[in-house]
Amino acid sequence: MIAVIDYSMGNLHSVHKALQHVTNDNVIITSNPEEIIKADHIVFPGQGAARDCMSELNKRELVDVVKEVSTTKPFLGVCMGMQVLMEHSVEGGGIDCIGIYKGTVQHFTDHIGATDANGNRLKIPQMGWNQIKHTQDHPIWKGIKDNARFYFVHSYFVEPEDKSIIVGETDFGIHYASAIAKDNVFAIQSHPEKSADDGLQLLKNFINWDGAS
Amino acid sequence: MALAKRIIPCLDVDNGRVVKGVNFVDIRDAGDPVEVAARYNREGADEITFLDITASSDDRETTVHMVEAIASEVFIPLTVGGGIRKVEDIRTMLNAGADKVAINTAAIHNPELVKEAAEYYGSQCIVVAIDAKKVSKEGEPDKWDIFTHGGRNDTGIDAVEWAKKMADYGAGELLVTSMDKDGTKSGFNIPLTKAIVDAVNIPVIASGGVGNLQHLADGVLKAGADAVLAASIFHFNEYTVGEAKEYMSDQGIEMRV
Repeated sequence: MIAVIDYSMGNLHSVHKALQHVTNDNVIITSNPEEIIKADHIVFPGQGAARDCMSELNKRELVDVVKEVSTTKPFLGVCMGMQVLMEHSVEGGGIDCIGIYKGTVQHFTDHIGATDANGNRLKIPQMGWNQIKHTQDHPIWKGIKDNARFYFVHSYFVEPEDKSIIVGETDFGIHYASAIAKDNVFAIQSHPEKSADDGLQLLKNFINWDGAS
Repeated sequence: MALAKRIIPCLDVDNGRVVKGVNFVDIRDAGDPVEVAARYNREGADEITFLDITASSDDRETTVHMVEAIASEVFIPLTVGGGIRKVEDIRTMLNAGADKVAINTAAIHNPELVKEAAEYYGSQCIVVAIDAKKVSKEGEPDKWDIFTHGGRNDTGIDAVEWAKKMADYGAGELLVTSMDKDGTKSGFNIPLTKAIVDAVNIPVIASGGVGNLQHLADGVLKAGADAVLAASIFHFNEYTVGEAKEYMSDQGIEMRV
């Protein structure tokens, strides 16, 4: 069973539909801690503001559950579900996050100019298809070409303290960590559920993954 | 290595069928929306826009089911527009599997809707559709107004000012259609699109008038659009999305190919 954690932030239906498309396994959308703990694979999506995400997670008493399953099962963070794994985000004046990894969530405007080195305008949020460079091998990259394009929509990005957890990097005025992985956790800034064949391949790889990197 | 420009095939859907009218008359049937969307996805479309042009609201249910069906088969971003009037309509479409909604007339009647929707659902899923038509006379500086009712009613609102206001209100993206060009196959309205691209710092989708692949490239190269939208050139198999991407890429435009 695959559990998509529901904390009423973001388009869970897209993730759910994409997962159902690549597996015959049971995919549930749930905010019930018991169901989450029973599942074999955990998908932690998210969209919107970090503050709202944290307040919804706290309200539903899901922070401890997320912490627990992130150390015990194959765990996939997507977009905001990647960002809140950090200790702190600068969003909305600053907000503490779950803190599974040391590091922060930064806003693009504090790090990039109006254009990139080639004169392309950098509009925030970054919206569209950008490339992910595989900075490390990982079972989740299986069958996905280096520098394949994925669909991104975001204004903030993660800056982990431990650079060794970065497995994918994207260029948007700066090179930032667009995928991180450690032990049984893989987290990605783009939306695999909206990234056509490569996105579906990533989800399939996740479902087939035993969590050993 | 940079963010790619996008090609967005548009499905105008009337009573459950894809149609394309020339200036909204002479509507030709172009097939079942789910099949058409799946074909565009296979051809490499970067997104799909689904515009419900059904006149009555009775068929809303049909649209919702159609969006659900597309979202179960097509795993690229899907924007749904047409008849989005209130926050509940947005919720319905997002729950059906849309990633973004396009708000048009309702934004004109109630700009606060855009603000409210962006605050609640996030700017990333709010597209404001701008239907503009030239109102300046020959020899005068260019001026475009927002028109409603398929280009018949002039609201008196300046299109560039409106674009700025919608960006301030939290729109995540603007879909700019030239009512002078729509259906003419003579290319995008470059001055209009460029004026809006220069005025805002959110992505702009050029729409209306595409008749060949050079028109798509011009939308990016001359107007600076972040994405280009076209309907009929793809519906009737004049060109595939793949051919369009290759053509644009050959002109040095960053594409997902």
